[in-house]
Amino acid sequence: MSDSGSPLMDVFFAILRAVVIFAAVLQVVPALVYFERRLAAWIQDRIGPNQVGPVGLLQPLADVIKLAFKEDLTPEGVDKWIYRLGPALVYAPAILAFTVIPVGMDLQVASFDVGVIFLLTIGSFSVYGLAFGGWASNNKYSLLGGLRASAQMISYEVALGLSVIAILMTAETVDLNSIIRQQWAAGTLGLLQWNIFQQPLAAGIFLVAAFAETNRLPFDLAECEAELVGGFHTEYTGLKFAMFFMGEYVAMITMSALMVTMFLGGWSLPWVEIPTTPGVGDIALSIGIFMSKLIVLLFFYIWVRWTLPRFRYDQLMGIGWKVFIPLSLLNLGLTALSGVLGWNWLIPLPW
Amino acid sequence: MPTFLLLNSGIMWPSVAAGNLDLLSLTIFVILTIVVGAVLLILSELLGPRRRDPEKETIYECGVPLLDSAREPFTVKFHLVAILFILFDIETVFLLPYAVVYKKLGIVGLAEMGVFLLILAGGLVYLWKRGALEWD
Repeated sequence: MSDSGSPLMDVFFAILRAVVIFAAVLQVVPALVYFERRLAAWIQDRIGPNQVGPVGLLQPLADVIKLAFKEDLTPEGVDKWIYRLGPALVYAPAILAFTVIPVGMDLQVASFDVGVIFLLTIGSFSVYGLAFGGWASNNKYSLLGGLRASAQMISYEVALGLSVIAILMTAETVDLNSIIRQQWAAGTLGLLQWNIFQQPLAAGIFLVAAFAETNRLPFDLAECEAELVGGFHTEYTGLKFAMFFMGEYVAMITMSALMVTMFLGGWSLPWVEIPTTPGVGDIALSIGIFMSKLIVLLFFYIWVRWTLPRFRYDQLMGIGWKVFIPLSLLNLGLTALSGVLGWNWLIPLPW
Repeated sequence: MPTFLLLNSGIMWPSVAAGNLDLLSLTIFVILTIVVGAVLLILSELLGPRRRDPEKETIYECGVPLLDSAREPFTVKFHLVAILFILFDIETVFLLPYAVVYKKLGIVGLAEMGVFLLILAGGLVYLWKRGALEWD
């Protein structure tokens, strides 16, 4: 938070923060779509988009224009208002959840004492969007897609929430900036202070649950082109479809950003001292660190999508309830035991 | 009182301090989200061409003529998952405050939470045995 001294400047910075972060997240989406398409092409050994603009860089813009001028079809028998609400309810929670993520040193849209809880609460609202969209379409495939998506998301949310609690126990705070500060230690060995090493089990569970929450392959059973046409968005055209698409990508960015914050040290690096009175340069550096970590995770997301095949639905639900929930309960118990009794060998490896 | 009124009063500055500023930027973020969402939905209706055609407005189910409506009962499994989710999610919420103070509560808190978690894990084992987690 910038203390410029003048209250008017503070208000100005508060407004600027909100506008810039909002615009930045929306701008990352087309970039990410382009990034994904090029990477997919590279992984599959084909060329990918390279015609529109230099090396195809304007392709996302062309796509947006194309989608905007598509006919907005409302098929017969749909529940009109719920049909319109669906895409909005996927997109809005995904981007609202981003408000508490610290993108730079103490720099976020709003800091609450309950950062993580706010994020989980808002983020889970997108279940409504998928269920509404699927149900309102009056299409059996959409209905199935919407139901699958909501059942999958709520199942994995339990494991996700439990692994988050393990992190909160390690950090003993709910404030995301404090969680980052707690993960910092000087020198190369300070890397081990990151929660991915302190809480390897929680990190693994969170990673898988994040894939399931964002409906990405290998957990994209909601769409599953081979059996459900397009799942919950089969009947959507034009910008409404684009909103579903945007929601998925923003959710992916938010989840990756949360992972960076909770497991990878957020905007800090062990080799860079955290200053108590940060200048503009320090804040810019911290934003750079955060962005680089985010890009690595987004690359991982895309890499997995174009490498792994899709799960079967019964396997998906089985793994969620029979593997990840017991594992995260176990992790929680071990964390509590090691924290209270001081048996540090229970969760962390030998150090 | 809205923040912009405070700006002119000049005497109530302390209440515009850090916490309220966060609220201000959050409010602006929420407004932006709603406006952009609404604009996208409205543009979607306005921009595209409108060539209505009864054939085009039918539901797409792989090109096969529609047999009946999609407003039909579906498998009760989904409701079961929803109920189980509520149980386990409430438990997650219950654990949140414990997570922050668990070191202060020490052994006693650990024992209480242990009993709670054991009962819950017992419930999970019971569900498992009854086949509630099977999906077929």
